[in-house]
Amino acid sequence: MIFTRTLLKRHSVLPGFDLALGFTLLYLCFIVLIPLSAAFLKTATMTWPAFWEAVSSPRVLASYRLTFGASLGAALINSFFGLIVCWVLVRYDFPGKRVVDALVDLPFALPTAVAGIALTALYAQNGWIGQFLPFKVSFTPVGVFVALTFIGLPFVVRTLQPVLEDLQKEVEEAAATLGASRWQTFTMVIFPVLTPALMTGFALAFARALGEYGSVIFIAGNMPMISEITPLLIITKLEQYDYNGATAIAVVMLVAAFIMLLTVNGLQAWTRAKQGR
Amino acid sequence: MSMPSEALPLPKRSSAASVSPPDVTAATTEPAWIKWSLIGVALTFLTLFLFIPLAIVFIEAFKKGWGVYLAAITDPDALSAIKLTLIAAGISVPMNLVFGIAAAWCIAKFEFRGKNLLLTLIDLPFSVSPVISGLIFVLVFGLQGWFGEWLRDHDLKVIFAVPGIVLATVFITFPFVARELIPLMQAQGTEQEEAARVLGANGWQLFRRITLPNVKWALLYGVILCNARAMGEFGAVSVVSGHIRGQTNTMPLHIEILYNEYQFAASFAVASLLAGLALVTLVLKYVVEQRVKAQKRAVEGQEET
Repeated sequence: MIFTRTLLKRHSVLPGFDLALGFTLLYLCFIVLIPLSAAFLKTATMTWPAFWEAVSSPRVLASYRLTFGASLGAALINSFFGLIVCWVLVRYDFPGKRVVDALVDLPFALPTAVAGIALTALYAQNGWIGQFLPFKVSFTPVGVFVALTFIGLPFVVRTLQPVLEDLQKEVEEAAATLGASRWQTFTMVIFPVLTPALMTGFALAFARALGEYGSVIFIAGNMPMISEITPLLIITKLEQYDYNGATAIAVVMLVAAFIMLLTVNGLQAWTRAKQGR
Repeated sequence: MSMPSEALPLPKRSSAASVSPPDVTAATTEPAWIKWSLIGVALTFLTLFLFIPLAIVFIEAFKKGWGVYLAAITDPDALSAIKLTLIAAGISVPMNLVFGIAAAWCIAKFEFRGKNLLLTLIDLPFSVSPVISGLIFVLVFGLQGWFGEWLRDHDLKVIFAVPGIVLATVFITFPFVARELIPLMQAQGTEQEEAARVLGANGWQLFRRITLPNVKWALLYGVILCNARAMGEFGAVSVVSGHIRGQTNTMPLHIEILYNEYQFAASFAVASLLAGLALVTLVLKYVVEQRVKAQKRAVEGQEET
């Protein structure tokens, strides 16, 4: 019987494998892989010095600093507050909890352009929130940070939530029996279990923020060297018909995105291992 | 340790909380002042970054009254933007639905080499910046691109036209249905389908009578998310659309144009439609999530007994 198995697939009585896999691969190639390869093939036609100049001019470097810096800051803030929000949603009861829980996903569902104009209106100097702040938010790099915080908000909460829900109450009881204070139980028992999921959420929020465009361009002011994010710079180059320049920067961002994708995959495997699944 | 739940007619996994006596012990809860300050911090953060931004969309939209609101959303340019958005979502959601079912069928029901690689590749569009998602289609179909000259010679337009917008939307929403179906179908296993097969069901009967009813809620959830993203996509569509008013403008792009022209009330009026769609999406998501959770519990219950 072993010889009848194909090299690729284990035997099964269920039908439709060839058709389903064939269609999946074909669709994946035409919609995703071939178009994505266009970016890499395009840069392959550039000479190395030209590529290097396109991806490391001062204006591009400034946009990397802003994009990566603001993404990092937003992901950190989201990790801190996301942990608190998640804790409150899993452990406590308060009026309106279900509505709050459902609304946490809003940044996933709300189009980025809508988020962008709403945040700009709020954080402008005469806006509802902006008027109370001693510093400018809209049309500054701080605005970029605010927009990226908004769009990354659900990631940490949603990654942590199932892990915190699965946490056995007995473990905490055992810690308390052994004389641990509540704070010690949290830092030495609960937090280590949450760490992989927290890092996964952080990485997801950071990865999402790196590529974000819609919500940022309204609030950033988009001044070159100061508040211009890398995705916007790609569009600017494209509008100047500098296809090589745009694609070269895009390839740098794609490589960063792929590294984040692998990181997230690794962290998720770690989360599962830690939970003993 | 375990309760004799096997004896119950309906296998339902009870959580530890409902089995053990109510744990009001001070050792495993926080003092009330810590509890309420944590709730306070969480709600303040969410209010500043979520609730107020959502509220202001509707407040700004109706600031100048119903008349301005209605005029903004019945403007011919707005109507054509709404139409194009519906077309883009109407094409890309069914395409990704078919793909999602096919991908979930081969990944969840069969064992084959390279499965993990395939799973990672399906996730790829999630990690690509929307701007780059648009750019790659310009590189393929744009005038300077691979098929640019051929398309021009045959008088076909993809970039700065509707096909480009649809393609970019398909790319952006590519993984949604598949990602919802795969984990659930993997958890459900293949026993039911195999039994149906042994009893003589053909492939289509098998799928329609066994698999589809088992995954219908997750499927609906995937479609809802896919649709919300398809209608709201901005960056990718912005790159390929060319912003031709009344022709290649989707709703998010129309919002941008109005906003840049300082027509704030009109801009927020169109935005409020999409914000309404987002709220409907969240409500449907909540309902469907409850069903999926119940279904997952049922599956786990079956495995335990």
